[in-house]
Amino acid sequence: MRTPLHLAFASTLCVGVVAAQTVPAPVPESEIFSPEQIGHALAPPTPQAGRTAPSAANAPPDDGQWTMPAKNYAQTRYSELTEITPQNVGTLTAQFTFSLGVIKGEEAAPIVADNTMYIVTAYPNYVYALDLTKPGAPMKWRFAPGPAPASQGIACCDVVNRGGSVDHGKYIFNTLDGQTIALDVKTGKPVWRTQLGNIAIGETITMAPLVADGKVYVGNSGGEMGVRGWFVALDEGTGKLLWKAYSTGPDKDVLIGPEFKPHYAADQGKDLGVSSWPPQAWMIGGGNMWGWANYDAELHTVYHGTGNPGPWNQEQRPGDNKWTTGIFSRDPNTGAARWYYQYSPHDEHDYDGINEQLLLDMPFDGKMQKVLIHIDRNGYIYVIERNTGTVLSADPFGPVNSIQGIDLQTGRPNMNPAKLTRVGQTVTNICPTASGAKDWNPSSFSPHTGLLYIGHENMCMDWEDVQVNYIAGTPYVGALVHMKPGPGGNRGLLTAWDPVARKPVWQDKENFPIWSSSVVTASDVLFYGTMDGWFKAVNARTGEALWRFKVDSGIISQPISYRGPDGRQYIAVLSGVGGWSGAVVSGPVDPRDGSAALGMVAAMSDLPKYTTAGGTLYVFALPQH
Amino acid sequence: MYLRFHSTSQARTSAGRRATLGAVLLMAAVHAGCNHGPGQGAMPAQQPDHFGVVDSALTPGVGKSLVSEDPRAAQYYDNADAVTAGKRLFAQYNCNGCHSSGGGGMGPDLMDGGWIYGSRLAQIHQTLVEGRPNGMPAWGGKIPDQELWQLATYVRSLSLPATVAAESDDTPGQRPAAVPRAADEDPGWTPPASTTNDYGTTLEGSAYEGAASSKGP
Repeated sequence: MRTPLHLAFASTLCVGVVAAQTVPAPVPESEIFSPEQIGHALAPPTPQAGRTAPSAANAPPDDGQWTMPAKNYAQTRYSELTEITPQNVGTLTAQFTFSLGVIKGEEAAPIVADNTMYIVTAYPNYVYALDLTKPGAPMKWRFAPGPAPASQGIACCDVVNRGGSVDHGKYIFNTLDGQTIALDVKTGKPVWRTQLGNIAIGETITMAPLVADGKVYVGNSGGEMGVRGWFVALDEGTGKLLWKAYSTGPDKDVLIGPEFKPHYAADQGKDLGVSSWPPQAWMIGGGNMWGWANYDAELHTVYHGTGNPGPWNQEQRPGDNKWTTGIFSRDPNTGAARWYYQYSPHDEHDYDGINEQLLLDMPFDGKMQKVLIHIDRNGYIYVIERNTGTVLSADPFGPVNSIQGIDLQTGRPNMNPAKLTRVGQTVTNICPTASGAKDWNPSSFSPHTGLLYIGHENMCMDWEDVQVNYIAGTPYVGALVHMKPGPGGNRGLLTAWDPVARKPVWQDKENFPIWSSSVVTASDVLFYGTMDGWFKAVNARTGEALWRFKVDSGIISQPISYRGPDGRQYIAVLSGVGGWSGAVVSGPVDPRDGSAALGMVAAMSDLPKYTTAGGTLYVFALPQH
Repeated sequence: MYLRFHSTSQARTSAGRRATLGAVLLMAAVHAGCNHGPGQGAMPAQQPDHFGVVDSALTPGVGKSLVSEDPRAAQYYDNADAVTAGKRLFAQYNCNGCHSSGGGGMGPDLMDGGWIYGSRLAQIHQTLVEGRPNGMPAWGGKIPDQELWQLATYVRSLSLPATVAAESDDTPGQRPAAVPRAADEDPGWTPPASTTNDYGTTLEGSAYEGAASSKGP
């Protein structure tokens, strides 16, 4: 009813009416399972069998550019640049900044190719090209795609965009109103634009397209609007649709055929995407792919997760709700499914399966294996063999009590009956919360330390299911949620995780959930940002704080490391708080309503005391001597 | 905006008078439209006032605008049943999906007393009927009109002091007060007496100890 402009007025009007809600007390430690109680693996650790690292095909030698959000196909976010070290990072200095002209949640990674930096903003999805060869990095061009304004009102969790990629002379990105656009990097003019989403049914696109093998892979958002999830491949040269795979419905729609060989019995059978739902419910059942897909150059395979089933009220959709909250392996040429694994069958807690996968060669059971590591919303790190979809290990990396371990014979989580949700009753202290032990923000991996760096959340929730009607283009949620801090009260954690030993090596606490990704360098410096506006460097081996810089607004984006035209190492990051967790600052939200922003406001009502909305590029380097 | 309204109270009164006159002209124009079909005569906002100056209002619905005179609104004031029905419909039609319990999310919050398209029942009803450009659907013809009025009544109630005061936890809007006729008789937006920050606490003192002592590397 009101435009964002009006918030300036609105904010002054509630003065003195009622004080803000205070952040709820943390969930007691006694509510949480210990990792020892529930950790599982098919075999004990065998670190002597080899060193964990991505293959050269998936992570070629670093050329100093940063052409895709996750750096390489393995998605390690690892930079081989070593000019900045733990010893000298304390002198790191801002070199230039650039206002994005948008003050919504900025989740994208800056992209660097041919001495030009490309940035896509939150709605209205401006794209900027900055010339890194000139002082102050002046703008080469700006592109304004003009997405439909109404798309703002159907985006579940702020109007974010997770970035673009440069490939074959094109910058390729998505718009909130459902377009994929390829721009000529020289001119900023569209080479092609393809309309994929339909806002009239609540469909948006927020993910960063995966560009690989001459194709552009895109998935839709809308799991809170009863939108049926899909994942498509477009021709990179023309934008033409090559194939489309739905996340629900009959096998022919899901591209399940003779090639499909899932490892677990629960995923075998005909048309499970129909029979694991009440009649017709799969048509509005979600399973949206709004996170990270991988192209595996070694096995010539695409992997992508699927989001939560809709509605959140689980009583309206008895069954496993295939193929939501899981992961597909597909043939890139045809889209044909090869295997699938479901992290959260019949999800009751909004645990989307769309978080990142890292493609690594890892010692397991005495030999090197090709694995993908997936850090799920449900609180577990999965190590999955990439050829077969077999789960080798699954361990909690944060506080959990909704799942009591994963049964590696059946692949199914052991659900804690005390934390299942239902209509007419508020189930309290469910951990992790709906946004997960970690949300979309990807982890990094250093082959130098052998550690995964996971920025994540320590939050829990109270949840009551409520009956909800499907009305096209409106939310289809059906749950009253109130979030709260997890044990200890620190809502964020930075965990350095040893995937071979299956345990954390160190942890740093943060007051707010970590909603940014991280970048780790060959000199063992790890960079990440916080929601209260600190950009930080820590020692990747110890977690020791090395340096920090206060930026204009909270950070929920993806920092990068690149080599400038002058040969120096630069670190770049976008500020701009927002997203689901930051909606209380960037969105049209009143902190007195704890259920606002799908229950996130209860746990984040103090964020406006720490940061304001913003949106700026910051670029750092060591001082020149 | 604040300064302008405060420092020129005389101008403000005069603006109010012009707005009233504008409304009369607007009514006249609408009548003309009814009698002679569309496209005849200038839009009301372009009518010169009696000083020969084109009049407009920067705040929607200032003064007695046409919609505030909508006779259908009358029965929903001081009507507890309408608010109760509206609360039920607010969930039934998924309004709470975007606006939560009044605090907003995908859509704006409805409990802070700030309005772009006007706070009167008739104006809220019009917003529900027509939709708004940033994602508010148009419900006219899809939801029975009486229910749209009941929804408007509940939405109007969410920011009433009586409704806000009735809440004890962080799920507001559960005990909505009926909308008194007087609630819609104010002249529209008025500057606040003082300004601190978004949520009623001051920027100094103990409320900010947490910020000051925030530890981090």
